[in-house]
Amino acid sequence: MVLAASLITPSFGLLFWTLIGFGILVFILAKFAWPVITKSIAKREEYIETQLAEAEKIKNELANMEKKHDEMMAQTKAERDKILADARKISERMYEEAKIKANEEASALVEDAKKAINFEKMKAMTDIKNEIANLSIDIAEKLIRKELSDKDKQEQLIEDWMKEINLN
Amino acid sequence: MIYRKIKHSLPLLFCAFMLLFSPYSSMTAKAEEEEFNPGEYIMGHITDEHGWHITTFNDHHISIPLPVILFDNGQLVCFSSSKFHHGHQAYKGYALGFTEETDGSIVKLGGNYAEYTGEIDFSTMPAIDHVCKFDISITKNVCALLISIALLCWIFLSVAKKYKDGPLKAPKGMQSLLEPLILFIRDDVAIPSIGEDKYQKYFPYLLTLFFFILVNNLMGLIPIFPGGANLTGNIAVTAVLAIITFFITNISGSKHYWKDIFNAPGVPWWLKIPIPLMPMVEFIGVFTKPFVLMIRLFANITAGHIIVLGFIGLIFIFGTMSPAIGYAVSPVSIFFYLFMGLLELLVAFIQAFVFTLLSAIYIGMAIEEPHHEKLAN
Repeated sequence: MVLAASLITPSFGLLFWTLIGFGILVFILAKFAWPVITKSIAKREEYIETQLAEAEKIKNELANMEKKHDEMMAQTKAERDKILADARKISERMYEEAKIKANEEASALVEDAKKAINFEKMKAMTDIKNEIANLSIDIAEKLIRKELSDKDKQEQLIEDWMKEINLN
Repeated sequence: MIYRKIKHSLPLLFCAFMLLFSPYSSMTAKAEEEEFNPGEYIMGHITDEHGWHITTFNDHHISIPLPVILFDNGQLVCFSSSKFHHGHQAYKGYALGFTEETDGSIVKLGGNYAEYTGEIDFSTMPAIDHVCKFDISITKNVCALLISIALLCWIFLSVAKKYKDGPLKAPKGMQSLLEPLILFIRDDVAIPSIGEDKYQKYFPYLLTLFFFILVNNLMGLIPIFPGGANLTGNIAVTAVLAIITFFITNISGSKHYWKDIFNAPGVPWWLKIPIPLMPMVEFIGVFTKPFVLMIRLFANITAGHIIVLGFIGLIFIFGTMSPAIGYAVSPVSIFFYLFMGLLELLVAFIQAFVFTLLSAIYIGMAIEEPHHEKLAN
């Protein structure tokens, strides 16, 4: 029992030294160790957190950029296709127009040629007519000179002309 | 490969070595001279002493002398503990207590021995004048305390320097061992018990408390110097730690804390009005909380040491019957000792954790504001 008593009786010396020693330990560590350690840990935690957030952000940005890139590619492709299609359409239209114009010109030429031919024809006809008329007049002159050799026939002719004139 | 083989068989070799030598030296010496007293042997290992006894070899005590410091009759008396010659001699009338009542303390002898220096003749019981009450000697435990304080300072100041040099670097070495523990105390002890906004004020104390108890528990498990002192299993040490927690708790106690003690809400009025039963219970609780802290740590660590010493003592108990039985029992004892040693490693951590956690919870309860939920009862 006495042995137990020495075990559970706090000795003054140890109480005294523990109080001083532990007090000094708390003081030293609280002044020089804990603030540095806890602050550093907090700082690093914050740093890691921000870095992770930043990495996440960069990842998102990269994904966004890729998406944008894809979109731009698609847009460019579409534009290229459109330009090509437009070019094709324009060339086709130009071809068509050229064709139409050529046709028109050709028909205009034909028309002109026709007109010229007609004109020439008419001119030739007129010439022929004039020639025929001149020939007829010559013939008529010759006939008339022959017919008008006697008086009766002259009168008869005048009479016929008169009739004709009257009729006209 | 050879190295690996050796490495694997090292514990076995060590055990064999221990079996060969450890029981031998004292078994032969003690069996002949004096009866092995397990009670005395265990108590001698778990209580404090003047001077640090390391071993007894061929009936010759080997120990580290430590300074004895006394306040006696208003005078400061200092001398080396080696002057006592393990209780056989007196120095200027001071001697180690030799009766049951004075065991472990220093006494001033009276009569013929008043200023006597030299061998004490125990056949005629010397008269004891008085027991030295103010004995602030550097005893074994005080020495262990100073060693652990130096160790803790060295560890944490060097770790703090590492943090200072590269706060954003990944932890290395000692730093990476301690950082999880520091984070554990912060995230699982301080913040849940005290609260995110207020824990910082008490955090240095809790960290110091945890590592002080942990380091001393672990040092207590080392069988030889500088370990082996039963510091956290000494009631004076646990008492100081508990008293500090008690003062921190009650000094920082809020109005709400004191109101809950003297006028606990949710308690029927007849428990308060004619006889203030509940207030009394609550008020006693203020003192029992640190008291329980003190007892828990002391009892756990001391009990662990007693069991370990008991297993080792078994070898000597059987050894005194016959050395052959002593050798036969020793493998079993060593096995149980190893098992207990591993258990004690766990206990060392758990007790440090529990003391810190309960301190944090008590502080948290004391500073809690009315609108918060109660954490523990």
